[in-house]
Amino acid sequence: MIYFLLFYEFFLIGLMAIGGGLVTIPFLVDLSGTRGWFSLGELTDMIAVSESTPGPIGVNMATFVGYKTADILGGIVATFGLTLPSFLILMIFSKYVMKYKNCVTFQNILFGIRPAALALILYAGIVIAKLSITNWKIACFTVGFFVLQYFFKKSPILYIALGAVVGIVFRL
Amino acid sequence: MIALLQDELVKKRGWLKESDLLDYFAVAQCTPGIIAINTATMAGYEIKGKTGSAIATFAVVLPSLIIITLIAAVLQNYINNEYVVHAFNGIRAAVVAIIANVTVALWKKNITSVAAGTIFFVALLLLTVFSFSPIWTIISGCLAGLFWQMFLLKKMQKRGEK
Repeated sequence: MIYFLLFYEFFLIGLMAIGGGLVTIPFLVDLSGTRGWFSLGELTDMIAVSESTPGPIGVNMATFVGYKTADILGGIVATFGLTLPSFLILMIFSKYVMKYKNCVTFQNILFGIRPAALALILYAGIVIAKLSITNWKIACFTVGFFVLQYFFKKSPILYIALGAVVGIVFRL
Repeated sequence: MIALLQDELVKKRGWLKESDLLDYFAVAQCTPGIIAINTATMAGYEIKGKTGSAIATFAVVLPSLIIITLIAAVLQNYINNEYVVHAFNGIRAAVVAIIANVTVALWKKNITSVAAGTIFFVALLLLTVFSFSPIWTIISGCLAGLFWQMFLLKKMQKRGEK
């Protein structure tokens, strides 16, 4: 029952991805290995599309992966699964969370989760880099884009567009 | 996102106070799930209760659902086209650079103490050497936070005794 599995996996991601849409990426890298619904190369393309279209990247990723796996209904089910935990948790607990958001224990748990989430993103980044950087030309452009974005801090869309142009011009 | 919300909900519609919105955003960042969805759920709840919350959440998801489905459907037909393949090879270089920059920015923001750095490296070790899944890595981070809390409390007690 592919729809149930999609819902289940994205419900888990919605429950565990704390601190923004990019934290969903390591979960999806893992999912690519465990379920085999999409390859890592496809995932990288999905990240590019999700980064360069409007809307939260996490939601975009869920729709894309769901569609890729089980068509339109798959996209809807995955997105619904991702959204539901946030929705339920905040409906039930938002009053308490508001009250305790300055509570020490809560802050300390976050203090532990944030470095762990960062390690996850780095790890996913390395997996994607290994797969994407297949020759010297691509390696040079990766470093170039990194330096440009680091110093000029423009939005990701610009670099994705630039990447597409460079890819076609230099036949990467 | 926050700037858009301020414009629409606070200034134009007057549904929320600015301080409320900032509170929601702070909570949204540290509760499970996508930040935009969390913010929408809370803002919707404040404005019109449970119905408002459901509608706001649905509305924040809908554009993604439509746009991405369309793009995915169109892309399927061209994914083997020579130019599209080259374009995506270039785009992948950009994606790697973007993720690297996010990592650097998050490092600067979050790894500000030896304790945070230790948790980071232990998490990385668990991931690489012990092949932890992302879920267990997050749970380990959560436990590390609780241990850190116990450590701080003990330290404070010792100081109290002296």
